[in-house]
Amino acid sequence: MTLDIDTLLDDPATRILVCCGSGGVGKTTTAAALGVRAAERGRRVVVLTIDPARRLAQSLGLAELDNTPRPVAGIDTSAGGALHAMMLDMKRTFDEVIEGHATPEKASQILENPFYQALSSSFAGTQEYMAMEKLGQLRAQADAGEHDWDLIVVDTPPSRSALDFLDAPQRLGSFLDGRFIRVLSAPAKAGGRAYFKVMSAAIGTATGLMTKLLGAQVLKDVQTFVAALDTMFGGFRERADATYRLLQAPGTAFLVVAAPERDALREASYFVERLEDEGMPLAGLVLNRVHTGPAEGLSAERALTAAEDLDDAGEHALTAGLLRIHADRMRLSEREKAVASRFVQAHPAVEVAQVPARPQDVHDLDGLRGVGADLARSGQPVLSV
Amino acid sequence: MASQGFRTDSARRRPARSLPAGQRETDWPGVRLHIVTGKGGTGKTTAAAALALALASGGHRTLLAEVEGRQSIARLFDVPPLPYEETKVAVAPGGGELYGLAVDPKAALLDYLEMFYRLGRAGRMLEKIGAVDFATTIAPGVRDVLLTGKVYEAVRRRETIRDGGAEVERPVYDAVVMDAPPTGRITRFLNVNEEVVGLAKVGPIRNQANSIMTLMRSNLTAVHLVSVLEEMPVQETADAVTELEQIGLPVGGVFVNMVREPFLPPSALEAATRGSLDRSEVLDGLAAAGLGRRSRATGNDTSHAALATALLEEAAGHGERVAMEHTERGELLSLGRPTYELPALAGGIDLGALYQLAGLLGEQGAA
Ligand SMILES: Nc1ncnc2c1ncn2[C@@H]1O[C@H](COP(=O)(O)OP(=O)(O)OP(=O)(O)O)[C@@H](O)[C@H]1O
Ligand SMILES: Nc1ncnc2c1ncn2[C@@H]1O[C@H](COP(=O)(O)OP(=O)(O)O)[C@@H](O)[C@H]1O
Ligand SMILES: [Mg+2]
Ligand SMILES: [Mg+2]
Repeated sequence: MTLDIDTLLDDPATRILVCCGSGGVGKTTTAAALGVRAAERGRRVVVLTIDPARRLAQSLGLAELDNTPRPVAGIDTSAGGALHAMMLDMKRTFDEVIEGHATPEKASQILENPFYQALSSSFAGTQEYMAMEKLGQLRAQADAGEHDWDLIVVDTPPSRSALDFLDAPQRLGSFLDGRFIRVLSAPAKAGGRAYFKVMSAAIGTATGLMTKLLGAQVLKDVQTFVAALDTMFGGFRERADATYRLLQAPGTAFLVVAAPERDALREASYFVERLEDEGMPLAGLVLNRVHTGPAEGLSAERALTAAEDLDDAGEHALTAGLLRIHADRMRLSEREKAVASRFVQAHPAVEVAQVPARPQDVHDLDGLRGVGADLARSGQPVLSV
Repeated sequence: MASQGFRTDSARRRPARSLPAGQRETDWPGVRLHIVTGKGGTGKTTAAAALALALASGGHRTLLAEVEGRQSIARLFDVPPLPYEETKVAVAPGGGELYGLAVDPKAALLDYLEMFYRLGRAGRMLEKIGAVDFATTIAPGVRDVLLTGKVYEAVRRRETIRDGGAEVERPVYDAVVMDAPPTGRITRFLNVNEEVVGLAKVGPIRNQANSIMTLMRSNLTAVHLVSVLEEMPVQETADAVTELEQIGLPVGGVFVNMVREPFLPPSALEAATRGSLDRSEVLDGLAAAGLGRRSRATGNDTSHAALATALLEEAAGHGERVAMEHTERGELLSLGRPTYELPALAGGIDLGALYQLAGLLGEQGAA
């Protein structure tokens, strides 16, 4: 089935579009292309990008990373739309969350804590968590009327697995809420009194060993961090939960982006199944960087045989070269079709849009418009199964 | 050394050498730890495996270690998931052996505790209470020290063998290849010393971090970068070279992966991109090859003219792509590192393909 992108973009009920998929498949490109297209069709859009390629960032006016959406120049606003774009600064987002939840003294105490600094800049999952947090903020700003955005397009972090985006916030939460941390910060809270007695010897040993291994300072940093966070912790989790619910709410649609390669489509499959389990609405699959050709009727084999015949005859070297280019492309295309049709067979209800591989990177507004047009191209031949 | 100046886009293989086993001429004499990084998906695992095979060939023993808990080695060599144990995964040409190891930080931590504190059953208790999880996931830097530490240990491990009557000591592995995290995380990952500054000033983890850093900064180590000829991976490669040099880690070679040979000579490629190829020549060629009639089976229009237009359009894209790759290759070469090229293999990567890539790496002097 073909995915009808324009209907999705034009529908005022579509409020949040999340582009997910494994790394390098074109999530950022797709998110930016959707933003441009929606804006030029009249939506008031904000795009949250995570790690745009340098030149793409420049052409969106994102040279400066200030964690706030900025208007994108060069957008055709004649249909009444507008485009803002921003690039996520995860550490800053985390800092702002802390600042927004604690008294100034307490906030600076946390921000200076070495454990917090490590957590906010390097913990696997922080980026996903902060992407969610930022999405929640943008939506809240829109709802509060601070901005007139009516569509938020979200890119997701370059994780190796598409599922990280959904799982990381909870994972981070449960680490911070983990048993050993609670033991460290307040041993008595880890269980009832009886439990505490039984466990206290073990806890003593464990704490002793960890102190030897890591040093007393680390454990102290963790303790002060958790203690400082304790009062705002509830609010913290509630926020993450609220954003997660936002993803389940009507108005949110997910687009899973994949390249026509085995690994990327395997991840896409997991994601599609996961969305189903969570009751989250999947708009469709974007199959990006597909090698299609204008001369599909000529098979790789025939083209190669013909090229060899010409070479044997010692003439028409140019035509032989063109036939080899074609044969190479057809081979690639056949391989891509084979993996893609396996996905289609496994998920027949998932709507698909295909974006051809461009010879070059997509790094300016025109490139993004081109990708947007490809995404929307209706009546595209659906992958033959 | 592989040539470091600009090279043309055509194949550039050196003649095969015929040196006795153990005395190969390589760009990395004395290097025992090869760390392979690159942007995600560029072929780190593939290149690391091919390099490990190449280093094993001719009767050597190498270890390929992965550190991201993804069982990429098992998948690549089509063997069952690797236990936390060095496992032979392939033999190399000329009788070498390739071992694989999936480093697991939790198991590595328990190893340590056992080694330094003779824990016995207390290790289980640590797990139960969440302390192992804590130390391997959120105590800053510890996880990376544990992962690199295991690899460090494998590089340094020695064994005593009987050679005739005499007892000889030698390293267990002639070389260790680490399939490392991607460029975005590599500096932090390898800079273990810096990462654990907040930790105990003494104690096994700290000492370990110091020893690891000493090895990694020495000429026993080379950090190789894998890239494909596209903007983002090339940019990340250049950034990584700068960052690695800043922290004093020895940058190794650049592995240019998935290289495709151009199908036309440079002048024709240029003309193709400009759209000024000789169309009538193509029409003649198609006629000579007997192509371009309407296909009765599919009803597709494959008449000469339409086919010529289609082929010219594909050629234009090809020309544009080759030009872009040429620019990106120039960027990579300007880094001034030894460069090795690995072709895009049409059939994908299986064991046979790995042998082929290993052979090419050997010929180019990477191993
Ligand atoms: N030279 C090559 N020719 C053809 N296919 C290749 C080549 N090198 C790698 N591949 C394929 O490209 C894909 C990515 O390769 P690989 O898994 O080695 O990359 P990676 O950098 O380790 O990825 P990750 O960042 O996910 O760890 C794999 O499907 C692999 O088989
Ligand atoms: N259809 C396409 N044709 C050509 N290049 C593309 C296409 N889609 C993406 N790219 C390029 O691929 C690279 C990775 O894309 P990006 O959107 O950053 O991926 P992700 O966000 O999924 O990691 C970028 O350089 C981008 O320009
Ligand atoms: Mg991205
Ligand atoms: Mg890999």
